[in-house]
Amino acid sequence: MTTLYTSDHEWLSIEGDVATIGITDYAQQQLGDVVFVELPKVGRTLKKAEAAAVVESVKAASDVYAPISGEVLEANEALAAEPALVNSDAGGKAWFFKMKIADKNELGGLMDEAAYKAHTA
Amino acid sequence: MLARDESDLKRTPLYALHLARGGKMVPFAGYEMPVQYPAGVLKEHLHTRAAAGLFDVSHMGQLALRPKSGKVSDAALALERLVPQDILAIAPGRQRYAQFTNADGGILDDLMVANFGDHLFLVVNAACKAEDEAHLRKSLSDACDIDSLSGRALIALQGPKAESALAKICADAPSMKFMDAGPRRVAGFDCFVSRSGYTGEDGFEISVPAEHAEALVTQLLDNPDVLPIGLGARDSLRLEAGLCLYGHDIDTTTTPVEAALEWSVQKSRRKGGARPAGFPGAEKILDQFEHGAPHRRVGLKAQGRAPVREGAPLFADSTSGEAIGKVTSGGFGPSLNAPVAMGYLPTALSGIGTTVFAEVRGQRLPLAVAATPFVPNTYKR
Repeated sequence: MTTLYTSDHEWLSIEGDVATIGITDYAQQQLGDVVFVELPKVGRTLKKAEAAAVVESVKAASDVYAPISGEVLEANEALAAEPALVNSDAGGKAWFFKMKIADKNELGGLMDEAAYKAHTA
Repeated sequence: MLARDESDLKRTPLYALHLARGGKMVPFAGYEMPVQYPAGVLKEHLHTRAAAGLFDVSHMGQLALRPKSGKVSDAALALERLVPQDILAIAPGRQRYAQFTNADGGILDDLMVANFGDHLFLVVNAACKAEDEAHLRKSLSDACDIDSLSGRALIALQGPKAESALAKICADAPSMKFMDAGPRRVAGFDCFVSRSGYTGEDGFEISVPAEHAEALVTQLLDNPDVLPIGLGARDSLRLEAGLCLYGHDIDTTTTPVEAALEWSVQKSRRKGGARPAGFPGAEKILDQFEHGAPHRRVGLKAQGRAPVREGAPLFADSTSGEAIGKVTSGGFGPSLNAPVAMGYLPTALSGIGTTVFAEVRGQRLPLAVAATPFVPNTYKR
């Protein structure tokens, strides 16, 4: 299992041809208290960089973009009931959705943990 | 293009304190202001409703209107030329909410007016203060000297523990009632204190000479009941309280009647009153008192969990094409644990309980017109 990051502060955990996607701890700190998460519908085909989900704090709404292209396999319904999970466990229980990776070449443009750490330093 | 670089931003006398407390500073109305502290907007909001929150509102404008005749009633009558409120009836030591109107009946700014016995004390919005001061000088200089009190900070202390917190350094605080206002000694400094605020909670606003602001605030923050609160929670608190934000819920295109602020226009300034009309836009505003306005500000409660924010268009049903209004303030109400909003609707659709739809990211979300305040206020009347 590999974890990759985008410059928009999303993480992707890669297992075979499935990517689990969430936002980083850095992102949740910047957003503040999350009060609402809107997730993509299962079965939707996302293109890379397309708005896929929305995360809202008390202050503002932010888009979460599809870091790669592919079909949505599963959405984390727990976030609808408990949006604050994003603040308490952004890198774990608060995963947003899982995608079937359409093109593994798209992973090449993403950062590893060291590069992401440098990006947010 | 007016590129505003950070060096153009002004700082309040509490800037260093904000940084020391971990305030996240953002540009607001030409000032660097704390939008939140490390506790975060949600906790800051809930703490204010449960205990006491301290807000730096020093960016707001403070003005004194001093009557040239020496009679405060002359300053009151002069100010009545610019506002639809009864200023003459504000008793010494009392304060009232008012609006500057324009010739079209629109609102140039909203403000607080207090009678300090020998002069009037005004608090206006930060973004409007230069225009307001010019407006006052142009219109009232025959009757009043207008002093900009730019050497004073302004602090709000709000919440159920505000009285006990302020009482430790201001013996007079507990005896004040909602909208009492006047000079008081606070922590040994000459302050102006009013029992008012912008959260729906009981609380106080304290004007203090800039050089003493940090000492006063530090004494208040030494009390574990009191936390510093940023602009983020200030906005969610006032939204739950159903209070208008100038430039959003009210502006030059909305009249006091359209803004559902009829309560703030006393009978004496309406038709048949002791001093009817005589303020900018009186014809239109007083006509709306008699015949109603075409649209009206309402409270809106979402049925789902998605916040509906400023600018979202409103529709009569889930499919119709024409927008009938728009959301002017909206977000998540931490005390209600639900989204809340305000906006304008045609008067015929402004009745409590009416269902309308907001368009958010291409979806029509149902909203119910709801009474405001969304959270009951706790003023000490």
